[in-house]
Amino acid sequence: MDWLARLTLNLIRTLLLYWVLAAPGLAGAGDAPAITLSSHCPPALRLDADGKCRLVNRYQQYRSLYDQGVGGLKTGLPPWRDGFSPQQIDLGRLLFFDPLLSSTQTVACSSCHDPALGFSDGRSRSAGITGETTQRGAPSLWNVSFLQRLKWDGGADSLEQQLQGPLYSPIEMGNTPTVLLQRLQGNGQYSELFELVYGKEVITLEQIYSALVAFESSLISLNSRYDLYAHGVHDALNEQEIAGMNVFRSFVARCAECHTPPLFTNQQIAVLGVPERNGQPLDPGAQAVSGDPSQRGGFRVPSLRNVTLTAPYMHAGNFTALKDAVTFYTRGRGHGVPPHEDLKLHWHIWNPELTDAEIANIVAFLGTLTDQSFLPTIPKHLPSGLAPGRAEHQAPTVATHNNKLGVAP
Amino acid sequence: MTALLMQSPITLRRTLAPTLSIISCVLALTTQTVAAAVHEVRAGDSIQTAVKAASPGDEVVVYPGTYSETVYIDKDNITLRGVVQDGEWPTLEGNKQLNDAILYSGNGFSVEWFKITHYKGNAIMGQAGNNFSIRNNWIIDTGVYGIFPEFGENGLIENNVLSGIEDAAIYVGMCDNVDVRNNRVFNNVAGIEIENSRHALVEGNIAHNNTGGILVFITPGLPIKTSYDAIIRRNTVIDNNTPNFAIPGSLVASIPAGTGMLVLAGDDVVIEDNIISGNNTAGIIVTSQDFATDVAGDPESDPNPDRVQIRDNLMYDNGNDPVTDVKALMLTQFSTKGPDILAYKAAADAERGSCVSQKSAYRTYGLDEWAECDRVTVRAADAVASAVAPPSTSRAVASKMLAVAAEPRVITVDASGAELVYQGICAGCHTRNIRMIGPPVLAIQAQYGNDAEAVARYIAAPTKKRPDFPSMPPQDHLSEAMRLEVARYMLSLSR
Repeated sequence: MDWLARLTLNLIRTLLLYWVLAAPGLAGAGDAPAITLSSHCPPALRLDADGKCRLVNRYQQYRSLYDQGVGGLKTGLPPWRDGFSPQQIDLGRLLFFDPLLSSTQTVACSSCHDPALGFSDGRSRSAGITGETTQRGAPSLWNVSFLQRLKWDGGADSLEQQLQGPLYSPIEMGNTPTVLLQRLQGNGQYSELFELVYGKEVITLEQIYSALVAFESSLISLNSRYDLYAHGVHDALNEQEIAGMNVFRSFVARCAECHTPPLFTNQQIAVLGVPERNGQPLDPGAQAVSGDPSQRGGFRVPSLRNVTLTAPYMHAGNFTALKDAVTFYTRGRGHGVPPHEDLKLHWHIWNPELTDAEIANIVAFLGTLTDQSFLPTIPKHLPSGLAPGRAEHQAPTVATHNNKLGVAP
Repeated sequence: MTALLMQSPITLRRTLAPTLSIISCVLALTTQTVAAAVHEVRAGDSIQTAVKAASPGDEVVVYPGTYSETVYIDKDNITLRGVVQDGEWPTLEGNKQLNDAILYSGNGFSVEWFKITHYKGNAIMGQAGNNFSIRNNWIIDTGVYGIFPEFGENGLIENNVLSGIEDAAIYVGMCDNVDVRNNRVFNNVAGIEIENSRHALVEGNIAHNNTGGILVFITPGLPIKTSYDAIIRRNTVIDNNTPNFAIPGSLVASIPAGTGMLVLAGDDVVIEDNIISGNNTAGIIVTSQDFATDVAGDPESDPNPDRVQIRDNLMYDNGNDPVTDVKALMLTQFSTKGPDILAYKAAADAERGSCVSQKSAYRTYGLDEWAECDRVTVRAADAVASAVAPPSTSRAVASKMLAVAAEPRVITVDASGAELVYQGICAGCHTRNIRMIGPPVLAIQAQYGNDAEAVARYIAAPTKKRPDFPSMPPQDHLSEAMRLEVARYMLSLSR
C-alpha cells in the first residue's frame, strides 16, 4: 500500500518536473525554470518573530562611544541596515545580478560589484554600457550595511540614494525609471516575485530599491582571523601579522586613526593628496558635493575589510598593488599634490618614515581582514533569462577563505 | 597559500589549547579568591613576554634596566608597574626607531613608574581601553604624543612628568570621564589637550614652557564630534612661550607661541582658580574652528565655543610679546601688550553664553558681550572638606571619573552569547535545511539528538565524518563552556 502510494507520488512529481522544464512558454521568460525566493535569512542574519532578518554578531556584545562604531579591538558596531524579509533579500539578489536593470540589458550591479572580486571589478575606473570609463573605481560592497555615507565623495547618505546613481547614469547602466519599471512589470516572473514580497500592487521604484538594499545589507564580513584576535583568540594571528597590526595602530603609521576598527573606517571625509593616475586632472572629490573648497580632494575613508581582494586601490585605482597604496603614506605629506593646488591635507598625512619591513608587515596584517565566509550564491537562473552580470577580468570563482573558520582544504 | 596561512596557527593551538583552556577555566573559577600573579621582568628580559604570560588581574613588575620594545596589551586588567631602585628607573628606550612604547586596548589597564624616551610615535597610547590608570611616569621626547588615551571611558592620568613632545604631551582624544591631575608638562608644543572628549577634569597640573599650556578642542573631521563639560582648575600655567616646533600640517602647528590656555570650539568649559602668568601672547584664548585655517571643513562639527566660564583665575604678566595677529588686534585698543583673555572670532558673541568673573581685573579683547560670572569669595571655613561649595562654581566637583567603572566587554557564556557565536561563525557553513559548505542543521540534529556534549566534543577537534563534505576547521578557540552552549543552541535551532 505504502510503496504504491510512494511510487504514484514520485511518478506525479517526475511528470510535473518534466512538464515545468519542457513545456514551452510556461516559465514566462524563455525556458528558465521557475524561480522561488528563499524563506531563510542569509547567514549573517537571523529571522526574528516578525519574519524580518536581523543582524546577529559577536560585536553586538560590545559598546562603542556614542554608537559611532569606532575604537579598538572590542568595540561595538556603528548603526546598520537590517529588518528586511528573507524573500525581499533574495529578490534583491536576483535584481543585483540581472543585466535587465540596464538600458542595454548588458550590465548588472554585479558587473562592477562582482562577488569574485570582493564586490568590486578589478578596474581602476569602472565601465558601463558604453564601455566609456567612469570617473572612479567601484567600491567594495562588503559591510556596506554599516556605512552612513556612500560613494567615494560621500555624495549619498543612503544606499537607496546611492544605487540610483549607477542605475540612471548614462555611462553606467544607462536606464531611466520609466524603462526600468516597464521591463520589470513586463516580466512575468518578476511580477510574481514582487507580488510575493510586496503584495498585489504594480511594481514601484521604491520596491526595487529596497530589495536591492536588502540584499546589499546582507553582505557581512566580520569573521576574519583579525576578528578572532579581537574577540580574544590571540594565536589567530602570527608574529608578522601582530607586528603589522602594531604598526597599523601605532601613532607613527596612524592607519587606525582613520581606518578605525571594527569596520576599519571612521566614515569621515579625508583629504590625502593621492596623485592621479596618468596625469589625469585632480578629482575634486567631496568639494564637488559640498561646495566647500576646504574639502577639495577629499574622499570617504573606505573600509579595509577584504581589501586584499579589491585591487587596484584609492578612488581611481591610483595604485595597483596594496603595497603601493600603503607606501603612499610614507612618501611625504603632499608629495602627490599638483604644485598649483592648495589642498587642506589631513593632519595624519605626514612622513612616518616606515621601513620596508614595516610596510610588508602592514600588508600582511591587512591580509588577516579577509573573510568571505558569508559570500552569497550567484543565481543560476535569472527571471530575465539573461546570464548574471560579472566583471570582465574574472578571478577564479572559487571563494578564498583566508580564514581558519572557512573550509580546510 | 591560503592553506599555509591557515595551518600554522591551528597547529600551534592544537598543542597549546588543552593546557590553556584548563588554565583559563581554573582562573575563571578562582579569580575571586586567589591573589593575582606577579610576573617579574629584569634587565635583559622582554616585558612583552611577561604580558603574554599574564592573565587578567596579574601584575607585570619591571625592574631597572633598558627595555627597547613595543609593549602591547590586548587583555583586560593588566598592571604594568615599574620598580625604581636608588633612582634607577626601568626605561623604555625607543632609540628613535621604535614606534610606540606601550599600546593598550584592554580594559582596566594600569601603568606606572616607567621612564619612557626616544620613541617615534607615542609613549603610552590607548585604543578603546576603559578604566585606565596612567600614573607616575617620566616621559621625555617620545615623538608625537606622550600619553594618548583614545576612545577610552573612565581614566586617570596623574603625577606624570612629560617634556620634549612635538605635539601634545598629554592628549585625551575622543574619551569620556577622564581626570588629568597633578602632572608636570614642559617644553612641549602643547602641554595638555582635551579633544573631542566629554567630562574631563584637568586639575593641579603645572604646564610651563610649552608653546601652549592647556587646550580644549573640537577638531573637525573626527568621528566623535563633541567636546563639552571640561573643568580646568587649579593649574599653574606659566611661561608657555616655546616657539612652535610641531610638524607642519599637525593641528597644533597653528598654536601661537605664548598661549597659556586655548579653548577652540569646546563647550561648557569651566576655567577656574588657575594661576596663569608669563604667557607672551595671551593668558587664555577662546575661539572658533576658523582659528585654524589649514583643516578641511566638517559640516557635522559645531565650530563655536559655547558657555565658557572663566572664573577667579589669578592672571598677571601675560601678553608681553604677542604674535603679530594678536598684536594687531590689541593695537585697535591702543595696547601694545597681548591680553590676559582673548575671545576671538565667534567666541566673542553674546549668543555663545560665556561669562567671566572680575572682567575688569584683566586686560581683555572681545569680551564686551560676555556676561559677568557671579563671583564667590572663598573663606578659610569654605576650605574645610565638609563645607558645601556654591553650586555656581566647579569647586564641589571632585572628579569627572565614573562612580562605577565602565562595564566589562565579554561575550557571555549563555544562550545569547551562543547565538552570537553560532550566527557569527557556524552559520557561514551550516543552514537549517539547505546543504551549504557543511551539512544542514537538520541532518546534524537527526544524528545527535540532544547530545550537546558530543557536538561540543566534535567541534573542538573535528574528524572527517561525511565523505561528500569538506572537513570542518576546529573551533577550539572557543572555551569548553561556550562550545557546549553553541552545541545546545545548534541542536535546538528550529528555524
